[in-house]
Amino acid sequence: MSSLINGMTLVLCVTMIGAALVAIRDKRLPIAILASGLVSLIASILFLVLAAPDVAMTEAAIGSGLTTFLFFFVLARVRGGEQDGADHD
Amino acid sequence: MEPIMIKNAIALLLLAAVGAIFVSLLAGYMPDEQLNLTARYYAERTAQDIGTANIVTAIVVTYRGLDTLGEVTVLFISAAIVGLVLAQGRLPTNVPGSPQQPRVPVGELLSTGSRLLTPLILLLGIYVFVNGHLTPGGGFQGGAIIASGMLLLLLADPLKHFSHRLIDVIESISGLLFVGIGVLGLLYAGGFLDNRLLPIGTLGELFSAGVIPLIYSLIGLKVGSEFSSMLASLSETEEA
Repeated sequence: MSSLINGMTLVLCVTMIGAALVAIRDKRLPIAILASGLVSLIASILFLVLAAPDVAMTEAAIGSGLTTFLFFFVLARVRGGEQDGADHD
Repeated sequence: MEPIMIKNAIALLLLAAVGAIFVSLLAGYMPDEQLNLTARYYAERTAQDIGTANIVTAIVVTYRGLDTLGEVTVLFISAAIVGLVLAQGRLPTNVPGSPQQPRVPVGELLSTGSRLLTPLILLLGIYVFVNGHLTPGGGFQGGAIIASGMLLLLLADPLKHFSHRLIDVIESISGLLFVGIGVLGLLYAGGFLDNRLLPIGTLGELFSAGVIPLIYSLIGLKVGSEFSSMLASLSETEEA
């Protein structure tokens, strides 16, 4: 049982790092926003595994729910300025 | 060497330094055999002193109630600033026949789903903060869940208008009552935000743990209305 939890946690951690890398590196902003929401979602599962359900609920509701949609709201507002940002980096 | 390579090398060095700090933390990690002094105090005394089944709630609302008041204040200030900044670009909503931009039509799935799900989400949010002293979760989590229900409504109908006056009234009244209960605890119980203003009752029942369910419900309403007002201000802002 414990090794099952350990293996699941390991898979989640690797997925989380992968999602974080996608969130930073991907040039398509909606994909990056979804990936950062995935990071928060996996973080909330990890909090649950670490026996902190209160923190997990906050992370799931605010981190992966409201923040993701807040980014999308803002993205819809700044669509016009996307060309300016494309030249950098 | 080109400047960009120097920049990358410095970034890698900094990353390695941070990684070294974490490796030393991980190498010295030993799981605790027992709770430390503070944690043991809370674990042993919460049930008899505060009467909450959820120890986290006892710490958040009563033992560290003043910190929670501070958190709620911080959230209030940020909601006020968001409202202040976004009020500049708000659409003239009261002008009849003001031209609205054509929007992408909302799908059937979203509009029907939001009608079905929004009441359930609001109910879940209320359940979470009313039962904050019994089950995981509480005012902040419940408030955030209520705000996500409002978000679903806004997604299904972007032109929907929430009554800002109603949100403001709910927000200010719950804030005032929160501080008022705290002051009453100073006068009639052990101190500011003491929960023994009302009888503690039986552990595990809905009406127990003194004023904690009341305070957490007020926090839930306050947080929910603050988040909702932020979302409503965002969606009402004029498109650039």
